[in-house]
Amino acid sequence: MEFVIQPYVEFMIEHKIPYVLAFSMWYVLEFLLISVFLLIAVLIFILAERKLLALFTVRKGPNRVGLGGCLQTVADAIKLLFKEDLVPEKADRFLFGLAPIVVFAPVMFVWTLLPFSMSILPVKSDVGVLFFMAVMLIPVMGILIAGFASRNKYSLLASFRAVVQLISYEIPMMFASLAVVVLSGSMSFIDIVTEQYKYGLLSWYVFPSFLGFLVFFIASLASMNRTPFDLHEAESELISGHTVEYSGMKFAMFYMAEYAAAFIICAFASIMFLGGYMSPLPISLADLFAKSELLYGIVLTCEQIFWLVLKTCLLLFVVIWIRATLPRMRTDKFAEFSWKYLLPISVVNLLIVCIIKLGGLYVF
Amino acid sequence: MLAAKTKDWFGMTKELLKINIGLQHPSTHGVLRLITELDGETVKSVEPVIGYLHRGMEKLAESRTYLQYLPMVDRVDYLSGFFCQEAFCSAVEKLSDIEVPERAKYIRCLLMELNRITSHLLWLGTYLMDLGASSPIFYAFREREMILRIFENLTGQRMMYNFHVFGGVKRDLSAEILDEIEKFLEIFPEKIKEYESILTDNPIFLSRTKGLGILTKNVALNYSITGANLRASGLNTDFRKQKPYLVYDKLDFEVSTETAGDCYARYLVRIAEMKQSQRIAAQCVDYLKNNSGEFKNSSVNPLAIKPQGEASSFVEAPRGLMICTVTADGSEKPYRVKWRTGSFYSVQILPELLKDRNFADIMAIFGSLDVILSEVDR
Repeated sequence: MEFVIQPYVEFMIEHKIPYVLAFSMWYVLEFLLISVFLLIAVLIFILAERKLLALFTVRKGPNRVGLGGCLQTVADAIKLLFKEDLVPEKADRFLFGLAPIVVFAPVMFVWTLLPFSMSILPVKSDVGVLFFMAVMLIPVMGILIAGFASRNKYSLLASFRAVVQLISYEIPMMFASLAVVVLSGSMSFIDIVTEQYKYGLLSWYVFPSFLGFLVFFIASLASMNRTPFDLHEAESELISGHTVEYSGMKFAMFYMAEYAAAFIICAFASIMFLGGYMSPLPISLADLFAKSELLYGIVLTCEQIFWLVLKTCLLLFVVIWIRATLPRMRTDKFAEFSWKYLLPISVVNLLIVCIIKLGGLYVF
Repeated sequence: MLAAKTKDWFGMTKELLKINIGLQHPSTHGVLRLITELDGETVKSVEPVIGYLHRGMEKLAESRTYLQYLPMVDRVDYLSGFFCQEAFCSAVEKLSDIEVPERAKYIRCLLMELNRITSHLLWLGTYLMDLGASSPIFYAFREREMILRIFENLTGQRMMYNFHVFGGVKRDLSAEILDEIEKFLEIFPEKIKEYESILTDNPIFLSRTKGLGILTKNVALNYSITGANLRASGLNTDFRKQKPYLVYDKLDFEVSTETAGDCYARYLVRIAEMKQSQRIAAQCVDYLKNNSGEFKNSSVNPLAIKPQGEASSFVEAPRGLMICTVTADGSEKPYRVKWRTGSFYSVQILPELLKDRNFADIMAIFGSLDVILSEVDR
């Protein structure tokens, strides 16, 4: 990010702004930029999902607000903003209000770990994978709080289901990402991506750890509550589960958190298995056209963001496709599925990866 | 009913979670209420509460003439109006010895089979919705819409047809409508293949339906279950074959049965029934195109019907056996009309089928029985 930092620092020095202030302002700016990006991404994702689902099911989808319905999600967000905030009479008011925050905050938090490009990385953590895994579990706590606080039996059942689901998918997911850590020898996302760039397309971790990628993807479907594992949302059984009693902005927070989590998990899946922001092509635009150093930096960053977003969108497309195709699984069947199939497969995958790594068979 | 409070090993009082599924629940297909007691996610007891859609269909008949009652009959089961019309009309025709012309019989038969397809399609879509698959309903509705268009062109109504009259039907099928029906019947088998390709071998669908909600032959008979639900339990009963009404004895079709008696078997039976309905309808269209004749018995004056005695008519409706019994005392109004519909008996069996099942299975099993609440309450 040197090409932006340099002018920024010069500007700050010129106007005699103290170092601490300039430094913290930089972080605030960066974080704001990235959160706004996330929110816009979520709005686009929701719209894209509705449009795609409509295509899958021979409908037109949203087509009234804006050109071809492009402003539909914005209109929905504004509608939710103005809705009355209802709290059930017997609900625990404090916890009821806390739950959406507990669900929403970690998702925004994890977002800062995401390396968009070589230079855009708000938080550089050496234990990125571990941190990601740990923080992505917190939303389930929020769902549990929501289920208990709203004094609704359906919500309560939904929060039980959320926990059952969590302990089922979490361990296979960890093992699957452990394979990546073994391959790259690092938990830092930047290192993981750099390792995957050594030999171009072929060094993507999806090849040595293909089973791991499948397990990670299936488990992440569960962690984003998507069909076929939308067990605790289950509108035909639990009437949307933990969000039954929520309205207005609180509901919007649950909703946004869910879609943001879907976006983020797909982004991290593409970083861990599909080479992240690195281009699969041997040549890049920046090498060809950029003359000056500043231009080179800008073009390269844009290119890397483009590739990351493209890979993420491909994964999201598969997620939406699965939603249009499959019925919902039953809670106990899902637990059975993850403990009997996902976990052994992920362990076998880890074993294969270790053999590849140790035996030096991983020649790429 | 199970005792609400039990003690566990540590002497702690354990209470069952009493949860009220219904009236406003998306999977109760109308206004059924299920008072359910749960232990965790296991259903300990279910008590169906019905009557929220009671319109007094039977009592209303007593204050109306036969002709005045006819338009209301569609509402007995709003998804299969032609069957209700047929049941009532043929009972009155039996009572007052009205002859129905051959062509009218074929028309009625054709419309009923198309109506059976719409009804089963709606079941397919909503059932998959209950199981959490959101798209099959749109595929099913796409084809259902085609039939409803035909019905609308023919009768002016999409669901409440009011097309039967005593001794025939209101108007003849024009060549255009027959062409439309033929066009639909041509493409429909492919569409069924489409549904089957996403469902029949789908592992999640199988895990949600196979071996679930098993209705044995004896239990089904004890509870008077009829229709597709009974045929899925291995009993070959179809009133179109056993007591052929209209022209079913002249038509070539098979009765589809399954032996497993689970939700999956009921799904298979309904899919097979749609194929058979397509076959029957194609034969009817063939007859109607090549033969001409009267579409109604013009000697009947529907205002002057004053029968005496009692008569019942049997119709194999999509949701089981439908019997309409009309008791007449010689006046212009029926003395009593009694409806027997399949769904009522399917609701009865719920406590038996749902006991000790998973909470999510409530919807899987209840949905597979194909219950319409207007038919239960009347």
